[in-house]
Amino acid sequence: MVRTSTMVLNGNLTVQMNQTILQNRKQRKNGHVNGEKRTNFPAAKGVSCRQYSPESFEQAPMYVAVLTYLGFGIVTLFGYFRDFLRAVGLEKCHLAQEREEQKEFVPMYQDFENFYTRNLYMRVRDNWNRPICSLPGPAFDLMERVSDDYNWTFRLTGKTIENVINMGSYNYLGFAENNEDFLKTVADKTLQYGVGVCSSRQEVGNLSSHEELERLVADFLGVESAMTFGMGFATNSMNIPALVSKGCLILSDELNHTSLILGARLSGATIRVFKHNNMHSLEKMLRDAVCSGQPRTHRPWRKILIMVEGIYSMEGSVARLPEIVALKKKYKAYLYLDEAHSIGAVGPTGRGVTELFRLNPADVDVMMGTFTKSFGAAGGYIAGNKELVNYLRSHSHSAVYATAMCPPVVEQIIRAMKCIMGVDGNTVGIQRIRQLAENTRYFRSRLKEMGFIIYGNDSSPVVPILLYMPGKVVAFSRAMLARKIGVVVVGFPATPITEARARFCLSAAHTRAMLDKVLHHLNEVGDDLCLKFSRRKISPRPVLFNETDFELDS
Amino acid sequence: MSPGVGPGTWTGADVQQRYRGPAVSTDPRPRRMTLQTLQTHLAWLYYQYLLVTGVYVLEPWERALFTSVLLSAAAMVGYTSYVFLPVHLRLALHFFSGVFGGQAESAVTLMS
Repeated sequence: MVRTSTMVLNGNLTVQMNQTILQNRKQRKNGHVNGEKRTNFPAAKGVSCRQYSPESFEQAPMYVAVLTYLGFGIVTLFGYFRDFLRAVGLEKCHLAQEREEQKEFVPMYQDFENFYTRNLYMRVRDNWNRPICSLPGPAFDLMERVSDDYNWTFRLTGKTIENVINMGSYNYLGFAENNEDFLKTVADKTLQYGVGVCSSRQEVGNLSSHEELERLVADFLGVESAMTFGMGFATNSMNIPALVSKGCLILSDELNHTSLILGARLSGATIRVFKHNNMHSLEKMLRDAVCSGQPRTHRPWRKILIMVEGIYSMEGSVARLPEIVALKKKYKAYLYLDEAHSIGAVGPTGRGVTELFRLNPADVDVMMGTFTKSFGAAGGYIAGNKELVNYLRSHSHSAVYATAMCPPVVEQIIRAMKCIMGVDGNTVGIQRIRQLAENTRYFRSRLKEMGFIIYGNDSSPVVPILLYMPGKVVAFSRAMLARKIGVVVVGFPATPITEARARFCLSAAHTRAMLDKVLHHLNEVGDDLCLKFSRRKISPRPVLFNETDFELDS
Repeated sequence: MSPGVGPGTWTGADVQQRYRGPAVSTDPRPRRMTLQTLQTHLAWLYYQYLLVTGVYVLEPWERALFTSVLLSAAAMVGYTSYVFLPVHLRLALHFFSGVFGGQAESAVTLMS
């Protein structure tokens, strides 16, 4: 059993593991790399370490919020003006409209709801949906497109913008590659099984490679059993209704992904939202739920399910897993952990947030993840007890009705996972994990030093840079593309209205030279657009980034 | 690397200059402000104005409309201050000096 102490004031958390857990860990884990036993695994020494690095959510100065609202206000005013011109007929309306004969009917196209889309998104939508014409690796090629009518329609010029550095793909370990040697097994499997499965898992679509994959996933995570699905979004939205139903309570983090929210809503359970990563809020809700029970009848809840994510993709913050596990044990709730972005990307051997915090994977009741991000494939998995997975095999909508995962994708996941686990003494996987960790550390520290406001945990490869104002968001994306760096910017509906951001996803395939180039251009664009809002004071002492470049004065 | 050719093509990057190298020279020696650098600096200030007010996302005629409304409002403020501010300031000064001056006199009489 894992004992956790209460949180010390300065944020450090001590976890001590029992001997049996250590033995289990050693048996399951491939501790031999290249013939030599790895001794730097901290749990083996039983040493308590600083587990939870502080996350910063620095607030910008007040004038930034004021100017952001001002910008939105002015664009909204012009939006009303243009809507008026369209209604009067002085301007051509590009949107869908009913036919003349149907003008008397109940309106089919609700006009006002799309106000924001029509009047802000449409003006600047050349920054999204850019067509890519190569592999989305560390660098890619874009097709150049222009618009003649202010982004209502586009046309491709035929030219290609080549070798754009890719800072937007979820390619954390660099498995989005087209190297022939690495993909040999995938090609063989495709020749053997074909591409289409033409059936669902329950009927005739259960291939032997699916069974092999599920055994491998269970092995990788250190749990009893796992099950895979063809689509990551569908894994969440179709399986949560199978686990909870009316009469159950779901405690969901404020910033959970849409798939989790959709699954929770489809299930029919009562949903209560606690503040992001705020354990006081969660504990209060758990306490209220256990004491008061269901709303009118005061019967006890049938099940209480806490839903959190490993890494939140819009903030780059990491869930406080040790505290959540302690709370769930105290109040007898269940934990659903969505490791879409964290599996393969965090932890010393890429096992996700449970490894990052040195927790026993058996503490998490339902572990969910996707293969889209770190494994360069598609699909998702749910792992846990044997009973849980057996139940899902027959009761999950996705397992019963959805088409099974296709053989090339299955083989890609198998080869990526074997690479990370280091079977056959292969060190490529562990090198990539280390490269990703180093890239993350370097990039984040340099950005902080430059004066940008970035959110999130220091070990998360998702780095959001706050841009705030709508004009700057758009100008940033265009300026970076002009310098051949592709970034993803996110604005209002996906983030709070005052916190528009650019989200950088680091990859193990990025070399130090690429990161330096990106940082150099970020520095210039940051000065050009005045994006360096941070008021933090950085230590003047130089930090050694690359030991080989350090020259001794002697 | 600004895409687009032909008249009426909306690149959205018409204000933002094509990337020609760092906007500010990295030479640390102080330089005299030539006409060229003044022009560049004014262009940069205009760019900041567009970004901060959100006018950057609007079409050129909307920008012209907004800027003309803003400039006319600023002109009206300027004209009103030019006409009325000296008069108001003089009256205010007179009022306050009258109060303080009167107080000083009365204090003197009391003391003596």
